[in-house]
Amino acid sequence: MDFLTFARGPALRVSIGVFCIGVVWRIMGFVLLRIRRERSLARESMPRYLSEGLLAIATRSWPHPEFVRRTGAGEAIGYSYHMGLFVVVLLFGPHITFFASLFGFTWPGLPSSVITVISVVTLTLFLAVLFRRVTNPVIRMLSNFDDYFSWFITMSVLVTGIATTAHVGLSYETLLAVHILSVDGLLLWFPFGKLMHAFYIFPSRAINGAILARRGAAS
Amino acid sequence: MTGPADVSVAGAMRGFSSEVGAMAAFRLESCIHCGICADACHYYIATEDPQYTPIWKVEPFKQAYKREASPFAPAFRWLGLKREVTAAELRQWQHLLFDSCNLCGRCSLICPMGIDVAALIEQARHAMFDAGLAPAELYDKALLQRDTGQPEPSAEPYGDRLVEIGTRFGVAMPLDLADVEVMLCVPRTDIEHYPASVAALARVMQHLGVSCTFRSDGLVAENYGYYAGAKDWQRTISLRLIDAAIACKAKILLVPECGHAYTALRWEAADLYGKPLPFRVLAVSEYLAEQLKAGRLRLGAAAGGRTTFQDPCHLSRTGGVREAPRTLMKAMGVELAEMQDHGNFSFCCGGGGGVLDIGSAAPLRHRTMEAKLRAVTATGAGTLLTSCCECRRTFDDALEHAGGTLRPESLLELVAGNLTSGEGRT
Repeated sequence: MDFLTFARGPALRVSIGVFCIGVVWRIMGFVLLRIRRERSLARESMPRYLSEGLLAIATRSWPHPEFVRRTGAGEAIGYSYHMGLFVVVLLFGPHITFFASLFGFTWPGLPSSVITVISVVTLTLFLAVLFRRVTNPVIRMLSNFDDYFSWFITMSVLVTGIATTAHVGLSYETLLAVHILSVDGLLLWFPFGKLMHAFYIFPSRAINGAILARRGAAS
Repeated sequence: MTGPADVSVAGAMRGFSSEVGAMAAFRLESCIHCGICADACHYYIATEDPQYTPIWKVEPFKQAYKREASPFAPAFRWLGLKREVTAAELRQWQHLLFDSCNLCGRCSLICPMGIDVAALIEQARHAMFDAGLAPAELYDKALLQRDTGQPEPSAEPYGDRLVEIGTRFGVAMPLDLADVEVMLCVPRTDIEHYPASVAALARVMQHLGVSCTFRSDGLVAENYGYYAGAKDWQRTISLRLIDAAIACKAKILLVPECGHAYTALRWEAADLYGKPLPFRVLAVSEYLAEQLKAGRLRLGAAAGGRTTFQDPCHLSRTGGVREAPRTLMKAMGVELAEMQDHGNFSFCCGGGGGVLDIGSAAPLRHRTMEAKLRAVTATGAGTLLTSCCECRRTFDDALEHAGGTLRPESLLELVAGNLTSGEGRT
């Protein structure tokens, strides 16, 4: 079995298995805890506060105007690199071909040149995010191994992807194998660290928003 | 600041773990360490000190959750990724959880993950109490209130003080009546510092002609158990008012001008009672706005010129009582000049959550208050109104410290001073 076959064969299957089981385990681990029942009389009707919760998914995507001056730039960088990642992962031709082999359907992508530009911009934003994490006193204080390793593993996928597309140094097959292995690594790490926020972000906004809206509180 | 007992790390962690239900766990799991919550907190904004980042205030408990109760807790323990929280750390966190947090909920509005950070901090306070690390000032008052109904000793019981206030201000104080529509309670802050507010409440109720009563067996609105993080004591204190309201067959328990009393009674008491309360709990401003709408409360125009309003966090931002005070001010023709950050986004006065009672918190509190006083001045208002006695006390304290003449006034007192019979003032 050569390197590439290993990376996209057994290594990928194992990492997808760990990813799926780990994600389910992590979510069930707290979902099955006691759910406290609110016994106070709600200020708003249930349809109203549930819809407010759903609305919070959108409204929390950008800070309230009162906060923009202090947090707008940081959030803009954060959202930008996330969007860059989504575009590269979902709209790059070879990725679409790979997903088609898994899911059986395809969708239109972007030209490679555009993807390359977006990749480089995303890479730059990733470096900016790391710079901010180590220089901003608040973020540096909050950061732990999870933050840096999650950054590293995601960055490694991005860097190896760019290297593979640009055919830098090693043979294409080797570069592709390294790239796929980095994806395997990301999938293996995903359930254990902060990358799980991909699953949490919308439910968290909606549930917290609904709980606050039940009281007529701001959300 | 010292705690009332030896530090029990095991007690703290046991207390926190027992409270970590699905929602708290979800909140702890969801944090992405972005630090954005710092930019909503008046303690961080005033000092730029990272330790005042709201989510950092629950850091020991986040670690304890990951180590003891999270889905991968065994792995965290075996690999040594999350170490045990020490007594020294918890002592350090006493300052962060009590001196420098008003539970004002502004941080909960900024989190991009939507996490209600203030709810986590309230739970962490419970654990600190279990650890024996509630500030002595709050612990002592909570204990006394649990045992006697009063958070502070007084030469005469508060019931007698109430009657005295009625005599002094020339208004009848309904006390210990049965079969009433509304049960009233009173902040001990008003009894001690703002007796005119107590008289104003009685006067307004008299104007409305609603049957009502104070009850000497359930009189004090504040809940020091809530402040201290003593959940069992909070329950005992709340039950005193609940039982009194049931005994006098009240349909409404009216919470006077006190933000945290509103949270404790409106949102938390039913959970501690174990079932829905058999009466409505209303803040006095929302009750009066209802009466205004129904045509029973008749108000004349208030003098006073340009006026600004301090939104009490637990009424406005976290309690949903934002419009009622403004409805009342509008009805009296008050020329309202809002502060730059108002309504949902108002900065806390810095005294809420029991912080005003904590001696060691005063220097930091005064520092955060500087920005608030500047915001008040910037409105150009000649009158500062609020609907919370703790906000009022905090402003008074800050003005004594920093100087200034714009004393905060009670919205309820303004209402009581502008009642009309339809033909003229009463």
